[in-house]
Amino acid sequence: MGKKMNNWRADFPILAQKVNDEPLVYLDNAATTQKPLAVLQTVRDFYENDNANIHRGVHTLAQRATERYEQVRQKVTDFIHGNDWHEVVFTKGTTEALNWVAASYGATHVKAGDEIVLSYLEHHSNLVPWQQLAKKVGAKLKYIELTADGQLDLQSAADLITDRTAIVALCHASNVMGVVNPIQAVSQLAHAHGAVMVVDGAQAVPHLPVDVQELGADFYAFSGHKMLAPTGVGVLWGKLALLNEMPPLEFGGEMIANVGLYETDFKEVPYKFEGGTQNIAGVIGLGAAIDYLQAIGLEQITKHEQELISYVLPQLQAIDGLEIYGPQDPSLRTGILSFNLTGLHPHDLASALDMDGVAVRAGHHCAQPLMNYLGVSATARASFYLYNTKEDADLLIKAILDAKEFFLNGSC
Amino acid sequence: MALARLNNLYRQVIMDHAKHPHNNHPLPQADHELELRNPTCGDVLTVQMKMQDGKIAAAGYTGTGCTISQASASMMTDQIIGKTPAEVEKMVLGFSDLVMGKEVPDQAKLLGDAVILQSVAQFPARIKCATLAWKAAYQALEESERND
Ligand SMILES: Cc1ncc(COP(=O)(O)O)c(C=O)c1O
Repeated sequence: MGKKMNNWRADFPILAQKVNDEPLVYLDNAATTQKPLAVLQTVRDFYENDNANIHRGVHTLAQRATERYEQVRQKVTDFIHGNDWHEVVFTKGTTEALNWVAASYGATHVKAGDEIVLSYLEHHSNLVPWQQLAKKVGAKLKYIELTADGQLDLQSAADLITDRTAIVALCHASNVMGVVNPIQAVSQLAHAHGAVMVVDGAQAVPHLPVDVQELGADFYAFSGHKMLAPTGVGVLWGKLALLNEMPPLEFGGEMIANVGLYETDFKEVPYKFEGGTQNIAGVIGLGAAIDYLQAIGLEQITKHEQELISYVLPQLQAIDGLEIYGPQDPSLRTGILSFNLTGLHPHDLASALDMDGVAVRAGHHCAQPLMNYLGVSATARASFYLYNTKEDADLLIKAILDAKEFFLNGSC
Repeated sequence: MALARLNNLYRQVIMDHAKHPHNNHPLPQADHELELRNPTCGDVLTVQMKMQDGKIAAAGYTGTGCTISQASASMMTDQIIGKTPAEVEKMVLGFSDLVMGKEVPDQAKLLGDAVILQSVAQFPARIKCATLAWKAAYQALEESERND
């Protein structure tokens, strides 16, 4: 599977450049992905031919723009196997989607003494909104433990989820450990105790087939920019009955049915949440990204990432002093690898890799409670996607060995 | 080889300070102290100072971090000893300009050995690592001014 094998790479013009005189090896896909020509051209085409504000005005462009925007709602519904397009609310990303669930559904349904169950794997955006809610209403937070190899501990989940639990909020895939959580099993626990299951799908939707109904999710959030779409667009999917019970959080144009001087009627779901002019081109770009991913097939993407991880993991494991977090068995992992080189801070490692053209992330990855749990302040993280190749993996390994030589075996 | 460029950032003097840092210990009689966190990596650095006759008589720091933040803390604590708070504040502002690639008048006189960290200007992602200790010293002195 050399570079010739990857037919998708050529669709991403940004990848064909040198960084610090070396070919770019982009391995920061968990932060954001690059955009294929199909997405870039769709956004451009919209602005060149159909741009107008949506849901207002009877003129032709307004109708075309509205149609293109609303088509994406059905596309998203099919993509994540929802039931009805009314369940798809456009947001600016995962963070906004999760904040809305906490601030609207949470604030109207979670009471003093209730418990909110999270895990140590959570990104701050599936943690801080719940902390805020818990403080506001007097609820209690609980954290599901991890097993020794960094997977979600289902026994701990079973112990913590009780009749006091109002919400269980869990990531579908971890942005640090590269594990996929058993959402279905946890949903069953949550529902058996009358709790609502909220899933942060930011690191799952780009990489594996997702069926929100099969998972048993009540709410499911994800971001467009991590799945080839533009930044500033994301999705909150929710069960219709629950969305109907949620008061809107933003008031203004577009979301109203009738405004009087003292009272206002809101539109139906999902429009009551989408106050003001939306990221119309972003939503249309998201539609193009979904088309692109579906043309390849999510199973195919998962398989490609699996092959890369099976190829690179043993080579990383063979580097003396390199600690890899999460399961050591490639079949239990997504395309995300977090690691540290003993004696070298991840910032220094990432700067060294950047000199070799290799883009990785170093830091706490917005998961400080997980860093504390692992007993580190930060890690380096390489995250692979569909356009990465074995050659990229080889260059990563070479760059790590170069860095190790420079810092740890050098003259100083 | 691309790594040759790493030598621009990680010069020998910087590596030496990081490997064998100066003043890397708690200061029991400190009268000024401040803890700062590097928001991107979560590293925590605490800077302490002891004043005598209006000057900094001793300085120390604790905490872990990358090569750049450790070397910078080591150099900073060396350089501020014997200086007045007003002088230190001027140094911190000068250092901040220096690592952002700006011209600093009399930089060698103002900052001593720490001018070597000028190279950080070519690595913008690392400026926060370099300035962490200096900011902590500045804020520690500012806080006590406010309390006075
Ligand atoms: C697991 C997870 N949840 C939530 C987010 C937040 O996504 P966004 O910044 O697009 O709102 C991220 C991305 O950083 C993530 O990896």
